[in-house]
Amino acid sequence: MNAPHMSSPAPVTGSALLTNAVGLHARPSVKLTQLAKSFSSAVSVSTDAAGPWIDAKSPVKIMRVKAPKGTTLYFEASGDDAHEAVAALVALVERRFDEVEGDDHG
Amino acid sequence: MAELRLAGRPASPGFAEGAVVRLVEQKSTRVSSGDPQREADDLKQAIKNALSSISDLADRAEGEAAEMLGFQVAMLEDDALAEAAFESIAQGVAADHAWREALDAEIETYRAADDEYFRARSADLEDIRDTVLDHLSGSHVAFSVPPGAIIAARDLAPSRFLSVDWSKGGAILLSEGSPTSHVAMLARARRVPMIVGLGEIPECASSIIIVDGALGQAVVSPRDDTRAEFLSRQTADEEMAIKAAAHEHQPAATKDGMAISVMINIAGVEDLARLDPKICDGIGLVRTEFLFGEGPHLPNEETQYRAYRRMLEWAEMRPVTIRTLDAGGDKPIAGLTIDGESNPFLGVRGVRLSLQRLDVFRIQIRALLRAAPHGYLKVMVPMITVPSELDAVRALFGEEYEALKANGLNVKMPLLGMMVEVPAAALAISEFNADFFSIGSNDLTQYTTAAGRDIGAVASLADVRHSAVLKLIEIVAKHGQTSGLDVSLCGDAGGDADVIPLLLKVGIRSVSAAPSLVGRAKLAISNFSFDKAGGA
Repeated sequence: MNAPHMSSPAPVTGSALLTNAVGLHARPSVKLTQLAKSFSSAVSVSTDAAGPWIDAKSPVKIMRVKAPKGTTLYFEASGDDAHEAVAALVALVERRFDEVEGDDHG
Repeated sequence: MAELRLAGRPASPGFAEGAVVRLVEQKSTRVSSGDPQREADDLKQAIKNALSSISDLADRAEGEAAEMLGFQVAMLEDDALAEAAFESIAQGVAADHAWREALDAEIETYRAADDEYFRARSADLEDIRDTVLDHLSGSHVAFSVPPGAIIAARDLAPSRFLSVDWSKGGAILLSEGSPTSHVAMLARARRVPMIVGLGEIPECASSIIIVDGALGQAVVSPRDDTRAEFLSRQTADEEMAIKAAAHEHQPAATKDGMAISVMINIAGVEDLARLDPKICDGIGLVRTEFLFGEGPHLPNEETQYRAYRRMLEWAEMRPVTIRTLDAGGDKPIAGLTIDGESNPFLGVRGVRLSLQRLDVFRIQIRALLRAAPHGYLKVMVPMITVPSELDAVRALFGEEYEALKANGLNVKMPLLGMMVEVPAAALAISEFNADFFSIGSNDLTQYTTAAGRDIGAVASLADVRHSAVLKLIEIVAKHGQTSGLDVSLCGDAGGDADVIPLLLKVGIRSVSAAPSLVGRAKLAISNFSFDKAGGA
């Protein structure tokens, strides 16, 4: 039996400003991708509301962006837990990735 | 072998003495199977093996080391890293070549980054590349360095650092590298002295080398007197470290109550990463050359503006004294300084070069003018010899200020001062139209004594305690007192506990030293009394 197929809903979006001292650096990138991977939805990230979008579950691709402090990160997710995924990622950025400021960067 | 002094950028403080072990990068000797399928399988297996070896290291590591290795694991687990390599293999390229090319391309994007934090990550990518290559070639030889050795290399992979036994001492000397690299963080955590940016490290296989990490100095085949001085510094260092730590957060004052300003010397934003601005009265010297020396190209206005602004924000309205580009002399910059001068220290360096290369200088001036509204900025110009040089710089600041303002940018005119490091300038100090003076005691000493500090055989002549040098310092300090203009001193002498009393006696009331020396400078000041000195 076929499940009723609905046209896929518009992706959930959100954004947050990078305010931690070192930007989207090694440790924040790993935290961000680990969090993204905990959701089943496809999650993308960009430094521009218009894209290009990159896979938020790929640390290699995220590190390629080399986003410094002061960059706005845009998120876009599609899937069952898309709302939760975007909310969690925005919160992580707003919490400055739980980094201790003044800490050695890495 | 004659004594040879090397100077670089401090990455981790501490002293070491020992034999040099030179690490040479090895070429892979793997023979390709010629079969794309087998090559792909080999690479997959090598990545898998590398992952398990790094994970093993990560499990045994703690703190920063564990996090750094965690980053390597996350990168290696991501298929995106090897994507380009597998595409090349499908085209018939051998596995090791494909992997090396793919990673080198990735590493290049890190090296070309404007931000030093990202540039420093290239060492982690190199580490990943080499670990996989080692597994591919099947000759995963154990990397062995005798305990206590002083490692000399171009750069050092974090995983290699972790495989060395540092319990017997040792040190790291890198011809390239960065103080923000993971290996530098690891070195600081383990208290392994480390110097980066030493340039070409000469062959000195069987020689003894002494290392002072805090000063960024190493001496190959030291003479007896150099070594004795080093050892006494090391002993004093250990005794003083304990006392100095207690003084770091206190304002500096002499025993009889004269307040003295103690500022810090830095080479970049990253030097501030673990520093509390409350330990100092501001930044007395920012060496901007390092901003110019590390990237693949000269830094643009935006990069400089961001760096200067971050320093000003860090200082929380304490003065930040940024020196305009002081290239030349012992600080060549490719594409900027003049090669082959017969005597670079007496040639086109400092402001002399900036006034010849206005294209580069104007960019720096604009970045400074734009950063100025974000704190208390003072700009000082190096190697000023005659008043017209400073006047020319002031005119350039005026022109750029008007142009930026006309374009609606938020700019502010900073205080414009001069370095006093040429004896002619010190003797004629009242002729200069400067807002403040900063004595560069290293160059003032070598120009006064006609003895290069980098030449071991004459280094002992280049002594700031020479009465002629102290007289020049006194002339500038007196001019400051009569004119009401600030005078500070920012050479190595400013952090030298033995020299500080002499500086106070000739009228210096503000010194600037390496951040690691702030505590001991304050301690030396607190032990000094003008009554007992019988002067000033």
